Amino acid sequence: MTQLVLPRGYQPDDEGTHPPLDFAGYKTTALRHPTKPLILLPHRLTEVTGPVFGAERLHNGDDDLTSYAGGEAVGQRIIVHGRLLDSDGHAVPDSLIEVWQANAGGRYRHVNDQWPSPLDPHFAGYGRAVTNADGAYRFTTIKPGAYPWRNHLNAWRPSHIHFSVFGQAFTQRLVTQMYFPDDPLFFQDPIFNSVPDQQARDRMICAYDHSVTTDHWALGFRFDIVLRGRAQTPFESEPDDD
Amino acid sequence: MTDLGCTPSQTVGPYLALVLPWEDGCDAVAPGTPGAVTIAGRMFDGSGDPIPDGLVETWQADPDGRFDHRDDPRGPRRYSGFRGFGRCPTDDGGHFAIHTLRPGPLPAGDGQVEAPHVDVSVFARGLLNRVVTRIYFPDEAEANAGDPVLRELPADVARALIAVPDGDGALRFDIHLQGPHETPFFRV
Repeated sequence: MTQLVLPRGYQPDDEGTHPPLDFAGYKTTALRHPTKPLILLPHRLTEVTGPVFGAERLHNGDDDLTSYAGGEAVGQRIIVHGRLLDSDGHAVPDSLIEVWQANAGGRYRHVNDQWPSPLDPHFAGYGRAVTNADGAYRFTTIKPGAYPWRNHLNAWRPSHIHFSVFGQAFTQRLVTQMYFPDDPLFFQDPIFNSVPDQQARDRMICAYDHSVTTDHWALGFRFDIVLRGRAQTPFESEPDDD
Repeated sequence: MTDLGCTPSQTVGPYLALVLPWEDGCDAVAPGTPGAVTIAGRMFDGSGDPIPDGLVETWQADPDGRFDHRDDPRGPRRYSGFRGFGRCPTDDGGHFAIHTLRPGPLPAGDGQVEAPHVDVSVFARGLLNRVVTRIYFPDEAEANAGDPVLRELPADVARALIAVPDGDGALRFDIHLQGPHETPFFRV
């Protein structure tokens, strides 16, 4: 096989940015977290490449969650926008973003969500968008409600929107949740609080954006998503040989 | 240089099925493509119970060991348009199945050669971040023996990354998030 100079790998994750897989406060992690140390995988071709999806995965209206089945969804209409960037500040263009969320009353349109809050016939709770050349994306949706779960006594999830992004490499794949400013439920939410670093945690909270708020129409929120950037030198993530 | 902090990972939660499964998700290659292979398995938790709300994603080279991606300096040759990406939710029994083409061996950039493999991301409620593993092929003993990743691992760990023949050319690769058969997982 011919010799090949591999593209640079990606920067290692910063300590404290991502949650530990074993987090006692979130009970479901107990039987679902690996117990053995993760093995370092150097970034070679399979890791520096990745699935790249664009407009071909979109359907008409995927970026507007407020008009399912021919009518208007109930709730506070909001515009969520932002940029997909890498940690060096480079835009990540032409990249698929998938979102899902509860309705204004905090109920998901899913067979397993049966708590007594009504479904909205005009809110399906999922959407898709593709970033433009500047890495920018935009959704119109409804502010999701909080909802109860059985993790601990009187447990409520703060309002959040799930985001799934591919970036441009296998190493950049990220699923996260976007939260809203000043949510009074943060203090008791183990999923939000599983992120060790306070500054990292705060990066999951969108910012109210009056420049996008639209008169007599919708409130604007800004949420930038930052993925790992390139390592500075090839094989930075390789283990030392000595 | 700008140095923005990365956005943290969070769990997919119980309702990923609202958008993540695609109608053609489990097909990393178009159905009916000659030479296609099925890699199927089940996902289990630490008590051995199947995980009914998980998601498996796969990413791999084409049969020539190439990627249709700007960062593969060679580019695709015969397999332009091969998606190479599979995404399959687990069912009530924890089952998943990906239909794909077998990847070829890949240059490792340092004169070594990586054995044919598939990178796997696993998502589920209760996983605060994805976990990553690799699937290698059972009939590639020589390539596996020279693989720069497998070679660094204890024999039993390397063996656990090799799929099991499951009749008619199909392959089985179960994913155990925890327990006596815990799958080896990587930090990428």
